[in-house]
Amino acid sequence: MSGLNEEIRELPAADVPTRRVSITVNGEKRTADVEPRLLLAHLLRQAFRLTGTHTGCDTSNCGACTVLYDGTPVKSCTMLAVQADGHQVTTVEGLAGPSELHPIQEGFSDEHGLQCGFCTPGMMLAATALLRENPDPTEDEVRWALSGNLCRCTGYQNIVKSVLWAAKKLQSQSAS
Amino acid sequence: MTQARDEIKIGGLGASRKRVEDNRFIRGRGRYVDDIVLPRMLHMEILRSPLAHARITSIDVSKAWAIPGVRLVLTGEMMASRNLAWMPTLSYDTQAVLATDKVRFQGQEVACVVADDPYIAKDACEAIVVEYEPLPAIVNPQQAMAEGAPLIRDDKENQHDNVVFNWEVGDSDGTDRAFAQADLVSTLELHYPRSHPSPIECCGSIADFDRSTSKLTVYMTTQAPHIIRAAVALVAELPEHMIRIVSPDLGGGFGNKVPVYPGYVMSILASILLERPVKWIEDKTGNLISTGFGRDIYLRGEMALRQDGKILGVRMHTDSDHGAFFSDAQPSKFKIGLMHSTFACYDIPAAHLTARGVYTNKAPGGVAYRCSFRVTEAMFFQERMMQAAADDLGIDQAEFRRRNFVRDDDFPHRTPFGFLTDSGQYGKCLDVGLQAIGYQEFLKEKEEAKKQGRLLGIGISTMTEPLGAGNSREYDILGIKMFDSAELRVHMTGKAILRTGAKTQGQGHETTWAQIVAHELGIPAADITVEEGDTDTAPFGMGTYASRSTPVAGAAVAMVSRKVRAKARKLAAHLLEVSEEDIEWELGRFYVRSAPDHGVTIQECAMAAYSNMPDGMEPGLENVAYYDPPNLTWPFGCYIVTVEVDPQTGVWDVLRVVAVDDCGVRINPMIVEGQIMGGLTEAYAMASMQFMTFDAQGNCVGSNYMDYLLPTAWETPGYELHEVVTPSPHHPIGAKGVGECATVGGPAAFVNAVLDAIKDTGVRNIDMPLLPDRVFEALTTGRDVSGAPPVRTDDQ
Repeated sequence: MSGLNEEIRELPAADVPTRRVSITVNGEKRTADVEPRLLLAHLLRQAFRLTGTHTGCDTSNCGACTVLYDGTPVKSCTMLAVQADGHQVTTVEGLAGPSELHPIQEGFSDEHGLQCGFCTPGMMLAATALLRENPDPTEDEVRWALSGNLCRCTGYQNIVKSVLWAAKKLQSQSAS
Repeated sequence: MTQARDEIKIGGLGASRKRVEDNRFIRGRGRYVDDIVLPRMLHMEILRSPLAHARITSIDVSKAWAIPGVRLVLTGEMMASRNLAWMPTLSYDTQAVLATDKVRFQGQEVACVVADDPYIAKDACEAIVVEYEPLPAIVNPQQAMAEGAPLIRDDKENQHDNVVFNWEVGDSDGTDRAFAQADLVSTLELHYPRSHPSPIECCGSIADFDRSTSKLTVYMTTQAPHIIRAAVALVAELPEHMIRIVSPDLGGGFGNKVPVYPGYVMSILASILLERPVKWIEDKTGNLISTGFGRDIYLRGEMALRQDGKILGVRMHTDSDHGAFFSDAQPSKFKIGLMHSTFACYDIPAAHLTARGVYTNKAPGGVAYRCSFRVTEAMFFQERMMQAAADDLGIDQAEFRRRNFVRDDDFPHRTPFGFLTDSGQYGKCLDVGLQAIGYQEFLKEKEEAKKQGRLLGIGISTMTEPLGAGNSREYDILGIKMFDSAELRVHMTGKAILRTGAKTQGQGHETTWAQIVAHELGIPAADITVEEGDTDTAPFGMGTYASRSTPVAGAAVAMVSRKVRAKARKLAAHLLEVSEEDIEWELGRFYVRSAPDHGVTIQECAMAAYSNMPDGMEPGLENVAYYDPPNLTWPFGCYIVTVEVDPQTGVWDVLRVVAVDDCGVRINPMIVEGQIMGGLTEAYAMASMQFMTFDAQGNCVGSNYMDYLLPTAWETPGYELHEVVTPSPHHPIGAKGVGECATVGGPAAFVNAVLDAIKDTGVRNIDMPLLPDRVFEALTTGRDVSGAPPVRTDDQ
C-alpha cells in the first residue's frame, strides 16, 4: 500500500508513570518504557510494529492475539506488557527466518487452512506449541489444542489438515 | 484435451491453485486497517448508550476535555450544528450518527473522543457524564405493534407507529384457490433468531483529510468501497473525485462490513476538523451490539397439499425486527430482501407472501449475513416447512422433495413469486447425497437404535438460491444499479494487472480472478496481479456480498479478457500477415487455420501492442468491462445431517454431514470447498449455539464472545463434500457462485435432523438455537419450544 509511513510512539506523554520492560521478542532483545496498563498485544503491535499479532475480541476468547510466552501460547490481549518483562515472546514474525517458512506456515498454505488470514497467526502459534509437545497428534488432539482460537472462515477442517501436514513434515525433517 | 491439460498447468479454470494471498498472511504481513500507521495520526473512541431507550437530558464533556492528550470531543449537538447528526441508510431511512434527542438502542453512539492515543481516548470517554431519562424498551415485533406502544422514531415526520413497511408479493387469489382445493394444510410458525455475522476483525477506519490538496483518503473495513465513496460524497458534501476509499485486507466480512457506520462518519469529520489522520478501531462489544445484525424474523407459513404429496400452494407471513433504524443493505425494490426466492426449487403453482417490518429498541441491521438478502431465512423456512409437511402427509422426506422438484428439462423455470431459475439437476444432487449418507441403511440403523432407547435422526435440506444481484432492471442500492466491473492491462512482456470493483475478504479473488484471465487468454495465472479495494484505481463496482463476486465481477473478468483477446487477434493477424478471418485461437496462441504450426503467442501479441502495431491501431493492450448480468444465477445445494440426541440431557451430537453443491463450473475447486466448509460451520453455529437475545429492558445478551457463542474446532463437525456441475447457461464461464450456499441451506438440515430424532414425542418445532435445555424441554414436555431463548436473570 502506498503512502504509509511509520511514526513510532513508544513513549507515552511525559506525566504518565512508566516502567521499563525488556523482552526478548523473536530472539531479539527489545526495550520500551510503557504505561503499566499497556497490554502486551499493543506493545507488540504499536511500539514494536509487529502487526502479525491481531486483536480480535479483547476477552481471550478468539485467540487472534496468541503469541508464545516462554514457549507457551498465551492471549496477548489480556496480558500486560510489564508481565512479559524478562521473558521470551515469539510472534508469527518469528516463526521462521527472513526467507524461510516454518512447516506450519507451509502446511496452512498447502492445505488451504486460511481464508481472510486474521486468525491465522494465532492459529499457527497455538499449533506450533502443540507440535512441540506432541509431534504426532491425532485429529481430536489438534481440535482440542486449537479450541482457544476461533476461525469464522474455514470451518476448521482444513486447519486441522494443515497442522497434520506440518506434523508429518516436521517428523520427516527430524528423521533425516 | 490438450487444452484442458495445459490449462491446469498455467493455473486456469479448474486448477486447485494455491492462494497467492497466503504468502503475506502466513508471514503475518497482511495489511488490515489497524496495521496502518500514518504520520501525526490520532485515535478515536466512541461512548455508547448503556440504555436501550431513553431521552438524553444532558451531556457534560468538560472532564473529558481536561484530560491531557485529548484533541476533540464530539456530541450529537455539535454534529447537528454541522448538519451531520443524521445520515441516510442504504434503505432510504435515516440513522443517528451521534444521538441528539434520545437513544434508541443499547450501544448507540452518544459521543466520541479523539486523542493522542487510544488509551487516553477511552479514559476521556469514561469522563463524559450523560444523564438519561429512561423510556420503556421494545424488544420484539409483538411489543412494537401493541396498542399504545411507545413511538420509537418520533424524529420522523408522519411516522405514527412502529411499522417500517408492509409489503406483499405473489398471487393472493390464486393461492386462495389452491388452498380451497387442498386435501391437507400444513402449518408452521418459526423464528429465525437474531444473529451477528461477527468477523473476527471488527470495523474501523483511518480518515486522512489533507487540507493542502483538499483530498480525503479513508482506509476502511468495507466490502463495498465504491458505495461508501458515493455515500461520503452525499453525506459530507465533498466532491467525489476528492474522496479515496481504500479497503485493505479485511479480517472477514460476512455482510457486517457493507453498511455505513457512524464511526466512519465521525472519524472523517474529526480528520477534517483537526486536519490530521484519525484512526477508529471498534472493540468487540461495540461491533456486536451496534453493527449490522442478521435475521431476527418470525414466520407463519401454510402449505396446501394434495394427498399424493403434490404441493398446491404456499402462503407466508413474516414479521421482521429491524431495530431502531431501517438500515438493511439490500436492493431497494424488495423490502424483505429476496425472501420471495423461497420455494424456487419446487414446482409450486401459486404462492403469496406478506411481510411487515417493525422498529424496535435494538441495533439496526438486517444485513445479508452470508447470504443474498434474506435468502438464508427464506430457505430455512422453506426446508422446515417441507419436513413438517412430509411428516403431516406421512411421506418419506426425501421422496416428498423429489415429487415436487422442478424437473431438469423445465428450465428456465418461473417460480411462483416470479423469479426465473436458470438451470439445475435437483434430483441428481439429492441422489448423490442420499447415496453418500447411505440413506436406507441409516433408516434401518435408526429403527434398531430406537429399540435400545437411542435417538438417531436424519435431516435433509435442498434448495436453490438466487445469487449475483443483479440485473440493472430490478436491482439497485440507493438507485445505483448492481452491475460490476473489471479492468485488465496487459504489459508488453505479457504479464498483466487486473482490477475489479469487487472486494475480497477471504474468498481468494487474487487467486481465482487470475485463473479466469488465464482461461480466457492463456497467460499463466502466476503472471497476473489482481488488485481490489482502492477507489482511485479500481473501476466502479458494487462490492462483494450476497455471493455476487463470481456471478458479476467474475463475469466482468471473463468479458474484459475477451475484449483484450479481440484486440490481440488483430495484432496476431498483423504479425502473421493474414486476415483476421483466417486465424484460429487455442489457449494462449493464435495460429493460421491452414497452417497450424504458423502462430503467435498472446505474449508476442502483447509485445506487438507496444512495439509493432499496424498503422492506425491504437497502441497498448488493455480494456475495461462493465457487466450487467441478464439474470441471477441459481446454484443448488443438498445438505444431509445425521445426529444422535441424548434423551437424558437433550445434548445432540452430529454424526455425519454430507454436502452436495452444484455451483456450476468451479474455478478453483480447493477454494470452492473451503467456502462450503466455512458455510456449513456457520449453519451448524446457528442451529446449535450462535444467537443474540435481549432482556425486557433491551440489554443485549451476546455483547462479547463469552455470551455470544461461536463454534470452536472442538465442537465443529467434519464434512463430506460432493459435487454436481450444471453450468449456468448465461454466465460467460458457467459459474454460479458458492460462498453462501451452505450457510443458507445448512441450518435446516441440522434442525430437521434433531426433530427427526425426537419425532415420536409429537414435537413439530424447536426454534433455533437448539440448545440442549430447549431440546430437553421438548423431549420431556412433548411440546414445541418457540421464540427467542428467554433471558434468565437473578430476580426470576
